[in-house]
Amino acid sequence: MDNLQIATPEIFLLAATCAVLVVGLFTKATSNTVYWLSQLTLVITLMMSISQLGSDTMTGFSGAYTVDSLSASLKTWLLVVAIGIFLYSRDYVGARKIQRSEYFVLGLFAVSGMMIMVSATHMLTVYLGLELLALSQYAMVALHRDNGRAAEAAMKYFVLGALASGMLLYGMSMIYGASGSLDLNVISDILAGNGDVMSTERTIGARFGLTFLIVGIAFKLGAVPFHMWVPDVYEGAPTSVTMFISTAPKIAAFAMLIRLLVGGLETLNADWQQMLAIMAALSVVVGNLIAIAQTNIKRMLAYSTISHVGFLLLGIVGATNDGYSAAMFYAITYAFTTLAAFGVLLAISREGFEAEELSDLAGLGKRNTLLATVMMLAMISLAGVPPAVGFYAKLSVLQAAVNAGFTWLAILAVIMSVIGAFYYLRIIKLMFFDDPVDTTDVRPAGDVTAGLAVNGFAVIALGIAPGFIMGACIAAFA
Amino acid sequence: MSFPILSLTIWLPILAGFLIIALGDGPARKLAAATSILTLLVSLPLYFGFDPTTAAMQFTESVAWLPGFNINYDLGVDGISMPLIILTTIINVIVVISAWEVIKDRPAMYLGSFSIMTGLMIGVFSALDAILFYIFFEATLIPMFLIIGIWGGPRRVYATVKFFLYTFLGSVFMLIALIYMYKQGGSFSILSMHELALNKDQQFWIFLAFLAAFAVKIPMWPVHTWLPDAHVEAPTAGSAVLAAIMLKMGGYGFLRFSLPVTPDASSFMDTFMIAISLIAVVYIGFVALAQRDMKKLIAYSSISHMGFVTLGIFIAFRLIAKGDDAGVALGLEGAIVQMISHGFISAAMFLCVGVMYDRIHSREIADYGGVINTMPIFAAFMVFFAMANAGLPGTSGFVGEFMVILASFKTNFWIAFLAASTLILGAAYTLWMVKRVIMGPIGNDKVAALTDINPREFWMLAILAIFVLLIGVWPNVIGSVMHASIENLVQHISTPKY
Repeated sequence: MDNLQIATPEIFLLAATCAVLVVGLFTKATSNTVYWLSQLTLVITLMMSISQLGSDTMTGFSGAYTVDSLSASLKTWLLVVAIGIFLYSRDYVGARKIQRSEYFVLGLFAVSGMMIMVSATHMLTVYLGLELLALSQYAMVALHRDNGRAAEAAMKYFVLGALASGMLLYGMSMIYGASGSLDLNVISDILAGNGDVMSTERTIGARFGLTFLIVGIAFKLGAVPFHMWVPDVYEGAPTSVTMFISTAPKIAAFAMLIRLLVGGLETLNADWQQMLAIMAALSVVVGNLIAIAQTNIKRMLAYSTISHVGFLLLGIVGATNDGYSAAMFYAITYAFTTLAAFGVLLAISREGFEAEELSDLAGLGKRNTLLATVMMLAMISLAGVPPAVGFYAKLSVLQAAVNAGFTWLAILAVIMSVIGAFYYLRIIKLMFFDDPVDTTDVRPAGDVTAGLAVNGFAVIALGIAPGFIMGACIAAFA
Repeated sequence: MSFPILSLTIWLPILAGFLIIALGDGPARKLAAATSILTLLVSLPLYFGFDPTTAAMQFTESVAWLPGFNINYDLGVDGISMPLIILTTIINVIVVISAWEVIKDRPAMYLGSFSIMTGLMIGVFSALDAILFYIFFEATLIPMFLIIGIWGGPRRVYATVKFFLYTFLGSVFMLIALIYMYKQGGSFSILSMHELALNKDQQFWIFLAFLAAFAVKIPMWPVHTWLPDAHVEAPTAGSAVLAAIMLKMGGYGFLRFSLPVTPDASSFMDTFMIAISLIAVVYIGFVALAQRDMKKLIAYSSISHMGFVTLGIFIAFRLIAKGDDAGVALGLEGAIVQMISHGFISAAMFLCVGVMYDRIHSREIADYGGVINTMPIFAAFMVFFAMANAGLPGTSGFVGEFMVILASFKTNFWIAFLAASTLILGAAYTLWMVKRVIMGPIGNDKVAALTDINPREFWMLAILAIFVLLIGVWPNVIGSVMHASIENLVQHISTPKY
C-alpha cells in the first residue's frame, strides 16, 4: 500500500490520461472537451503533488521510486508549466487541424514520463520515464503529418534520440557490471567503498559507464557537442510542440542528471566535473554565437536553449549543494521564461500563418502592447538583466561556479551572456522600434491573454522576490 | 527604524512610472509633473536633514531580502552619494518640463520610462548592498534602451544597441568580482567589502573588473565611443539624463567601490589612470573642436570633463605618497563638485540644443548662425551655459576644475599643465560653437523665422542657471556636506590593506 501511495499523482495521471484518450474517440475534432479534461487532470495531479511538498523522504517499490523535497517541488513546477503549455497551445492546435485529442493525450503521457524521471532512483525507472517522455515527444513532433519539415524533424529526433537512449542504456549496463546493482542508492554506497572493496578494474568500468551516461544526459539536455538535433527539431516541429520540448522536459532532464550523477555516482565527481565543465563552456560559446546568425526565431530560441543548458551545467560542475540548488532554480525559471516567449509566438500565429521569422515580430509593440511587453520581459530575463528572474538564476549559478573554483568558466559565461544579450535585444528592437509589416490585429483569447500576463508578471515578480522558489531549491539539497 | 525616506524616493517614481504608462496618454503629463515634484520634495529632507559631521551612512534601511544568499535590501547615503541623489531628483523635474509639449509620440510611455529610470538611478546611489547596487545599475539600461530606441534619431537602433551592449559588457565583470568577494568575505554588504582583506593579486583583478564597469559608464578614453552615438541619437531629455546622471554612476562607482575596496591596486594603477584621464581631457578636447554636430560636440565635451573627474580621483594616490591629505581631499572633492556641476551644465547644454532642434530640426552647426537676432533671451542662456561649460569663474564649471587642477599642481607640474589646458580647449570648442551658432548675422531663412523661447523653456533653463550660479559662487552648498565622508575615504585609502 505504501508503495502505491507515494506514486498516487502518477497513478492518477496515467489513469486519467487513459480515460481522456477514450473520451477523445467520441468527441468532435472541433470541441474543446479533451482540452478541458486534460487541464482538469493536470490540475488535480498538481494538487496531489503539492500535498507531497514538505513531506519526509519516502522510498517505495524496492528503492526504485522516491518522493523527497526535490521530486515534490520539481513535479509541482513541471505541472504548472504543463498547464501553461496546454493553455497556450489550445487555439494553435485547433487552428492547425492537428489531431487535438492526440496532442493533449500525448502531452499527458509525456508529463507522466517526466514525473517518473523526477522520482526515479533506480536506473530502470529512470529509463522507463525517459522513454515514456521521448516516445510521446517523437509522436508529437510528427503530429503535423502533412508537413514535410515536421516529418523530417521527427525522423531526426527519433534516430538521434534512439541512439542517445542506446548510449544511456549501455552506460547503465557498464555501471551495473561494475557495481552489481541498478539501484542508485546502492550504487552510491558501493562506489563509496561500503560493502565490497572496489577494485581498480571495477572503478574503471564505472567510469567507462559514466561517460556513456553523460552522453545520454547531454543529448536529452541538448548540451554541446550533443546538440545537433535541437535546432532542427525546434524549427521543424509545430510551434506548440517546440514549446513543449523546450520547457518542461528541461526540468525533467535536470532531475535525471541529479539522480544519476549526484544520487548515484557522486563519488566519481572528479570525473564528471571535468566533462560537464567542458560541455558547459562549449554550450555557452556555441549556443550564443550561432544564435546571432539565426533569422528564424525558433532556431534562435533553440540555440538560446543550448546556451542556457551551458549555464545550468555551470551550477552543477562545482559538485556542491549550493550549486545543485542554483541549477535547479535555473531549470525551473528557464522553463517559465521560455514558456512566456513561446506563448507569445503562439498567440501571434493564427490560422494559415506561422510566426517563425524574426520579422514577424516587427512592430508588435504597436499591434498588441501587452504581448510585446511579455515578450520583452522574457527576453530581458533570458539575457540575464536585472530585475528579471533570469538575473538571479545566472547570479546563483555563477556564484556556485566561482565558489567551486571555476572562475574561468564563470568569466567565459558572462562574456558569452553579453554576446547573447545582442540577439535578445534584437527581438525587443523589432517589437518596439520597428514598424509592423503585418498589421492584422493580434487578439488571443481572454484566458490566454490573462495567462500570458500572469506569466510575464511572474518573470519580474520572481526576480524581485526570488526567495519563494529559491527556498524550495535550497531545501531540496539541504 | 525611522521613516524610510530613501525607499520612498526610489519607489515613488518607479511605481508612479508604471501608473503613468498604465493610465495612458491622457493624464500622463500632469501625473509625471506631480510625481517629479513630489519626488524632489521627498528627497529634500535628505539634504536638509543630513548630518555633515559624520562619515557614517545616514537614513539607513536594512531588510533581509534573500537570506540564503545573504543579500539584503540595504540603503543609506553619505556625503558622496547624497548630492547625486538631489541632482537626480532636480534633473527629473527638468526632464518633465522639457518633454511637456515636445513629445507627441506615446508621451505616457516616454514620461513613465523617465520616471522609472529616476527611481532606479536614486537606487544606484543609495544601495549599500553590492547586489542591490548591481541590480539598479543594470536595470537603468532597460528604460534608457527603450528611450533611445523609440524616440531617438535616425540611427537610434545602432546607437541604443551599442549603448546597451557596451555598458552590459563592462558590468558583468563587476558581477564576477562581487561574487568573488562574497566568496572571500561572506557578505555582499558594500561597507564590509571595504574592510575585506585582499592581497595584491586579488586587488589587481578586482580593480580591473571594476574598471571595466565604471570606465565604460563614465566613460573614459578609449571605451567612450558609445557615448557620442548614444547622445546624438537620444531624444533631448534622454541626452540630458544620460549626461547629467548616468555618467555619474561611473564616477560614483570609482569612489564607492574601486578606491575603498582595492586601494592598493588603485594606487598601483594610478599612473595609468592619470594618463588616460589626461588623454581624455586633452585629446577628446581636440576631437570636440572638430565636431560639426552640436550634440556630438557636447558629448565629447562631457567625456573631456569626466576625464577631470577620474583625474581628481586618481591623483589622490600621488598625494598620499607625499603625505598631503588635504590635497587628496581637494582632488576628491573637486571630482565630486565637477560631477554635480557637469550634471547641471551638460543637461542645460543639451536642452539648449533641444530648444533649437525643436524649431529647425537640425543639429548641424552650419545650419545656424545669428540666432541671437531672433532669439535674444535664449541666446543669453546659451552663452551663459557655454561659458559655464568652458569653466568661467563664478559658475559651477570653474569650481571643480579649479580644485582638481590645484590638487594636480601639488603633485606634478606637467599633470597640472595638461589638465589646465582644458581651460583653453574647453573655451575654444564651446565658444567657437557659440560664435558660429548664436553670433553673427542671420545665417539663413529658417533662423530668420525663429521665435524666442516660451515661458516653459525659459523656466527650464532658468532653474538650471540658478543652480550653476549657486554652486559657482557658493561651492560650500555641496562642499559642506561631503567633508566628513571624504576625510573618512582619504583615511581609508591611505592605509594599505596588506
